[in-house]
Amino acid sequence: MHDYFVAFKTIVIREVLRFGRIWIQTVLPAMITTALYFVIFGNLIGSMIGEVGGVSFIAYIVPGLILMAVITNSYANVVSSFYSSKFQGNIEEMLVAPIPNWIILSGYLVGGMLRGLVVGVAVTLVSLLFVDLQIHNIAVVITTVILTAVLFALAGFINAVYAKSFDDISIIPTFVLTPLTYLGGIFYSIDMLPDFWRQVSLYNPVLYMINAFRYGFLGVSDIPLPTAYTIILTFILCLFAFALMLLNRGTGIRN
Amino acid sequence: MENPALKLSNLSKTYSNQVEALKAIDLEVAEGDFFALLGPNGAGKSTAIGIIASLVNRSGGEVQIFGHDLDRERKAAKRCLGLVPQEFNFNVFEPVQEILINQAGYYGIERRLATQRAEYYLKKLELWDKRLSSARDLSGGMKRRLMIARALVHEPRMLILDEPTAGVDIEIRHSMWEFMREINQNGTTIILTTHYLEEAESLCRNIAIIDQGRLVENTSMKNLLTALQFETFILDLQKPLEQLPPLNVQASRLVDAYTMEVEVVREHGLNDLFCDLSEYSIEVASLRNKANRLEQMFLHRVRDNGRSEDNQRNA
Repeated sequence: MHDYFVAFKTIVIREVLRFGRIWIQTVLPAMITTALYFVIFGNLIGSMIGEVGGVSFIAYIVPGLILMAVITNSYANVVSSFYSSKFQGNIEEMLVAPIPNWIILSGYLVGGMLRGLVVGVAVTLVSLLFVDLQIHNIAVVITTVILTAVLFALAGFINAVYAKSFDDISIIPTFVLTPLTYLGGIFYSIDMLPDFWRQVSLYNPVLYMINAFRYGFLGVSDIPLPTAYTIILTFILCLFAFALMLLNRGTGIRN
Repeated sequence: MENPALKLSNLSKTYSNQVEALKAIDLEVAEGDFFALLGPNGAGKSTAIGIIASLVNRSGGEVQIFGHDLDRERKAAKRCLGLVPQEFNFNVFEPVQEILINQAGYYGIERRLATQRAEYYLKKLELWDKRLSSARDLSGGMKRRLMIARALVHEPRMLILDEPTAGVDIEIRHSMWEFMREINQNGTTIILTTHYLEEAESLCRNIAIIDQGRLVENTSMKNLLTALQFETFILDLQKPLEQLPPLNVQASRLVDAYTMEVEVVREHGLNDLFCDLSEYSIEVASLRNKANRLEQMFLHRVRDNGRSEDNQRNA
């Protein structure tokens, strides 16, 4: 078991060094983009909107923007790292070694989660320049951000397993992930939507994560907390089992 | 064989496009051997290696590495094996030293020991000065040596080298041969595939030839070369020759006015040939083998197998 722990640690350290080496591509863009959101939607347009959910608009969008950065970066880290390993062939370094597949998967997930958290902290620091951040429940903030990062790291892994070209690793983030995130209630409460669109929004899993995370900061949420946790954990379990099955089968990596 | 380093039983592989890459191969490699696994392109060598290294799913058969079944004792079997694949397959953006430390880590070797091992093998393969460079900045020969260092960092009992000297200049190739001999003398079993047949002839004690998914030869290098009945020589002549005189050899032809090619029965030797040439006042400036001995034997075996496959299809 000690060997497995060393192998797991090796994958995690390798992943952290990888995104650390290219921090200009991995950490900095999210900080700049979020700063622009705060300036435009928070300060300029937000001052015309007034309060949402009992707080200023800029304070309302902070949790969503942090979580959006976490989602995007957890996903991007695993999808690009695992696909690159397939593309360059260095995935074989792990396949010939005596590492069980669940260790390989866990190593990538923790690597992706750590990038999500590093970027999340960086974006939070940027937000402090624009708004006095309050924290309603720190345990909810921490558990939600970790679970969300793991979930999207898993989704990135599955995308990378099926990807056959670099185009394939950008299609899902562009056409699925970004719309789901933007329509997941970062900038608005679903109570502001007409009934039909409010019901449609309830099928968006990102909505549950953003609302749980917002509850941790502001104490306001469109979704009951237990429902949000149940949905997130269910997705994690299903995606983990699916990703592990793909690895065991050798889909996309073994002939 | 009591405890073979490698035992393949009835190993077969059919790809999804119905290509039968391996047709029930049985093979044993003794512990401590330096073993050549040869075959033309597409013969099934890389498929066999891929299966042994767990990179290709097999269709049937069994693989044992030092007595450990690859299915039932996967961890123990994999720990005994080091692989140097044909294609460069490292992360080109990673520093050279990191590649080795990570590989050791995948085998459960702690970072401190992995760093020491990386230093030892990088120095041994003359890559220490490049330890902080990205792998993409290495020359072709350096990349080959990096792959060997990476395969050795967990100190496997058996090393599979799939064309390790492809694209490497002669000087580095010879230094790599010396290194391979050294690790083999220290007890590591080596399985080598190569298209440089003089490399296999010079290094290996035993040999198997795969062709069209079948094992067509499995014997010692000495036995194989003894079985070679003919040798072909190229003779450079002092004076031009217009027509070839009748010579007491297996076959002969004039390549050009100054060059003659003769096929000699090995047990007859060259004395009779030189007597004939003197009789016709043909002066020889120099003489050389057309191809090395293993190359000739290899071509005979592969051609024979091709003919028997054709006969089976036509039957």
